[in-house]
Amino acid sequence: MATIEISCVEVWREISNYLEGEISPEMRERMESHFKNCAHCTAVLDGTRNVVGLVGDGKVYQMPEGFNKRLYKKIQELP
Amino acid sequence: MTESGLRANEAELIQSVCAGDQEAFYELVRPYERMVYVTAISIVKNPADAEEVAQEAVLKAFSKLASFRAESKFSTWLVQITYNEAKMKLRKARPHLYESIDEKQQTEEGDYWPRDFADWRPIPSELLEKDEVLRALENALNSLSPLFREVVTLRDIQNLTIRETSTILGISEAAVKSRLHRARLLLRDSLAPGIDGCWGKGLAYRKVRPW
Repeated sequence: MATIEISCVEVWREISNYLEGEISPEMRERMESHFKNCAHCTAVLDGTRNVVGLVGDGKVYQMPEGFNKRLYKKIQELP
Repeated sequence: MTESGLRANEAELIQSVCAGDQEAFYELVRPYERMVYVTAISIVKNPADAEEVAQEAVLKAFSKLASFRAESKFSTWLVQITYNEAKMKLRKARPHLYESIDEKQQTEEGDYWPRDFADWRPIPSELLEKDEVLRALENALNSLSPLFREVVTLRDIQNLTIRETSTILGISEAAVKSRLHRARLLLRDSLAPGIDGCWGKGLAYRKVRPW
């Protein structure tokens, strides 16, 4: 069966769900066929995936030095 | 440790704490220290306030531990307490600002159209060692409205599931997905590296495009 084409706007709406794997197999197929022919949407997808990877890297919002020690001390001071 | 092994181990620690062993409490919360801190800073935004909120949340968890029900995960419960503490601190400190940011800016209505189609090459995570890249990322996160920053923090920074995120925020899973979507595209737009690809070349971060 031929894949039904979808527009860029429809693709953008589903980019995040696509990365989550939260879309139907039919939608996935349509989006993948769209990405093959659309550099703009591929750029949006790659950039969004990049952002998700970077914020999940564990380096943003580093804990202040000594945080653990001070927290431990607070717990020890509990009545 | 497997999920069920972890839960059994936590259940044992919780019993010990309830029986009066305070040391066991530190062991119980230690794996989630960063989670607690990151949740706090994503809401209050500055490290000193975040540390204070994190400490208050942990102490509150201690005092409420007997009311913890094992049907939820301990980590989810702890993050939920932290989230509420952070919100409370913000409300006390800046009642007007809090209201205006939360209610009026960056709404969820309508579709979001990407503003920038710059073609990104993958950004290697080693680049995050560079201060300016990390700062650009944190600035982009801090520029999001709280509605969107919360979901990104829980789902993408802390890697909680959609369901856990929805439990903590008290919103539907559909709302989590829709906010997450908007937040990720907003972040992408504000970090769009521009056509010269300065991220990959070791040049200082600057947004090349004017829009």
